[in-house]
Amino acid sequence: MVIEARNVVKHFGTRVAVAGIDLAVPPGICFGLLGPNGAGKTTTLRMVYGVTRPTAGSVRVFGIDVAVNPRAVRSRLGVTLQQNVLIEALSPVENLRVFGRYHRIPHDLLEERVEELLDFLELRSHAHVPVKQLSGGFQRRLAIALSLVNDPELLILDEPTTGLDPAVRLAVWARVRALRAAGKTILLTTHYMDEAQRLCDRVAIVAAGKVLAEGAPEELIAIHLAREALECECDENEVPALLDGLPVAHVLRTADRLTIYADDVASVAETIRLRDGGERRVMVLRPANLEDVFLALTGSTLEESQT
Amino acid sequence: MNISLPHALAVWQRNLAMYRRTWKWNILPNFFEPVFYLMAIGIGLGAYVQQMGGLPYAAFLAPGLVCVAAMNGASFEVTYNIFVRMHFEKTYDAMLTTPVQPDDILAGEVLWAITRATIYGGCFYLVTTAWGLTPWQAAPWALVVIVLSGLLFAAVGLVFSLQIVTIDLFSFYFTLFLTPLFLFSDVFFPLAERLSGVWLWVAEALPLLHPVRLARLGFASRWSVVMLWDVAYILGVSALLLAICHRSIHKRLTA
Ligand SMILES: Nc1ncnc2c1ncn2[C@@H]1O[C@H](COP(=O)(O)OP(=O)(O)OP(=O)(O)O)[C@@H](O)[C@H]1O
Ligand SMILES: [Mg+2]
Repeated sequence: MVIEARNVVKHFGTRVAVAGIDLAVPPGICFGLLGPNGAGKTTTLRMVYGVTRPTAGSVRVFGIDVAVNPRAVRSRLGVTLQQNVLIEALSPVENLRVFGRYHRIPHDLLEERVEELLDFLELRSHAHVPVKQLSGGFQRRLAIALSLVNDPELLILDEPTTGLDPAVRLAVWARVRALRAAGKTILLTTHYMDEAQRLCDRVAIVAAGKVLAEGAPEELIAIHLAREALECECDENEVPALLDGLPVAHVLRTADRLTIYADDVASVAETIRLRDGGERRVMVLRPANLEDVFLALTGSTLEESQT
Repeated sequence: MNISLPHALAVWQRNLAMYRRTWKWNILPNFFEPVFYLMAIGIGLGAYVQQMGGLPYAAFLAPGLVCVAAMNGASFEVTYNIFVRMHFEKTYDAMLTTPVQPDDILAGEVLWAITRATIYGGCFYLVTTAWGLTPWQAAPWALVVIVLSGLLFAAVGLVFSLQIVTIDLFSFYFTLFLTPLFLFSDVFFPLAERLSGVWLWVAEALPLLHPVRLARLGFASRWSVVMLWDVAYILGVSALLLAICHRSIHKRLTA
């Protein structure tokens, strides 16, 4: 295992940020931590690279206890923080050099890496422009480049695409896939379920500092819901009559909307149409996705997801 | 303590890379401050003062102001600049994703503060030498005193910066601590002639007093055993304060 966390707990005073999490991330996969705001994702990552000391439990990375030898662990991993941390007065090239020196990369090798990363993250066009003049997407790509400067075996990405436009997101996804294809292990957090479903081999859904479910995205969908989903509008008091006797795996109500999960929603839709008589009810049939699992597990109203 | 010198130097180099971009805006105001004091008080007021401590007033003032320049250089760095790096720019959070450790950050920042002290103090010393107020032969000793001042005020400022939670509190540090220190530490008048008895002993607690005495005695080649006490004070207090910083920086950065 590249990462092995056992029953990790983190308290900040009386607040419990992480309430006992186990993680096992084998080499070469992309592992996603999903969870609402305040779920404890960032705190978990900080314990993985050893900057936050767990209140209880232990974390081993590359088989090394991070609490015992953080330098050895961190020289082999890279982290892109949730917030970009760049030196705004300096250019991308200068930022990369500064970061490379934290890793004590010898001068010639560092220059080589800088050149590679300028190409890999398409930074060359503004390689010598002060960072404060660059767009959000460019700055994010630079932040990712910084975390790759030591050619890490493990890459940790905290919400890599939050706030980026669709084109930049696609570009970042492509880089993450390329890194995974090159044999690197990736641990990322995201609020975007489509992102997780596309990038991650395995995900863990976290809420209030606990893992609610873990597995491959399709596996989670199959276990917790069903293959397909049907969305329709309906009043609260209609629901029992509508669902009566249907082969439904799971139901999710949000405001005036009902989502029904079943392995064959077409036949469910058929039955509903018959029960409705001639009335046309708007129904949407689609495959179930990770977002459905996420909402089913963490709750769909804000009250429920507050921690 | 767990300091790796190469990593501390990487922290130092980060600041240098930054400073090379911004020094024009940074260096000028801080550098001119002691020059203005020298002109207004040394030359202006000094014209009405026959002698002080056996010297023309401007010559009495110059060694103390060299230490003040070093003190200011180090102080700005370990107060506002460090606070911004820690709380606003999150520089240290980024460093701690690499093999750099909190103690390396502490060491790198202290080295950098000493560097800034040396730039300010050194430039000001050269101005006073060109003016004929300090001997050029004292340059090596000036460097020693400037580095010691930088170390001491880096440690004092860091202890404060690592405790506070809002940047506004630095105005207390500067107005209620550094300014009185500046005014009552032998820079403008010889304390020994104005204080008596037990107060003279109490005054020995003032940090700026020690570099100023080292500078004044050394520049005049009046070497004395009291200077051993001054060096011991500076090294001892710095070590003690940095030990406190070591604990607080871990608490601050690795919660
Ligand atoms: N240094 C700290 N001191 C006190 N509380 C903290 C600290 N860091 C995190 N917390 C609290 O711990 C909980 C988990 O925070 P964390 O940042 O890990 O969540 P997250 O899942 O990353 O959320 P987001 O999606 O908003 O980034 C939150 O309630 C947060 O307020
Ligand atoms: Mg977070």
